[in-house]
Amino acid sequence: MSIQVKFFASLREKMGITETKIETASTAGEVWDMTTNNADRPLNVLVAVNLEYAQYDSQVSDGDEVAFFPPVTGG
Amino acid sequence: MATQLLAYPFDPYHSIVEHQQHAALDKQFGATASFIGTMRDFNDNTNVSSMVLEHYPEMTQHYLDKLEQQARQKWDLLDVLIIHRVGRINPANPIVLIACWSAHRRAALDACAWLIEELKHNAPFWKKETGQDGERWVEKNTDGF
Repeated sequence: MSIQVKFFASLREKMGITETKIETASTAGEVWDMTTNNADRPLNVLVAVNLEYAQYDSQVSDGDEVAFFPPVTGG
Repeated sequence: MATQLLAYPFDPYHSIVEHQQHAALDKQFGATASFIGTMRDFNDNTNVSSMVLEHYPEMTQHYLDKLEQQARQKWDLLDVLIIHRVGRINPANPIVLIACWSAHRRAALDACAWLIEELKHNAPFWKKETGQDGERWVEKNTDGF
């Protein structure tokens, strides 16, 4: 089991990561730290866990999908 | 569920007519409210020649489905149709269609207005514009007023 991690849009380009996996983490913030080599978190970055908006302190577990992305601009 | 993500151009007026011929709406609706968002050829005082709409496929579909469910819970709607483009889009192309059907006007009008605001603020789409100075990500939506 592992945690799937995705980055989108300008954040994907900035971090140079589209998709990766990590073995384990306890919070979304820890997922960020592990996948970005402890990069500073841009203030406006949004987090989703299993397709629902979440927070950096939201708990994650094996099999979860965590995504990071900038403010949305659809419509 | 009547939410669709399209990677090709569509005619929103045709989509409305086609959808409301659905049997469930037959002779029951007295009101149809719609919002159509169309790509401009300018943004922030610069020309835009095309753009690419990126999305998070699973979450975007999930979020639009959830919006439709919430609208149906909040208002007495007969039907809802949400269509949103993804991929490359050119000026004058429709980007989004929201249509709501109800027996009386207030539910359709209020639900349509609520849906487009919720979609613009929260649905995971991102615009990358191409203009005279190259490509750039749109950092935030306009207030819309």
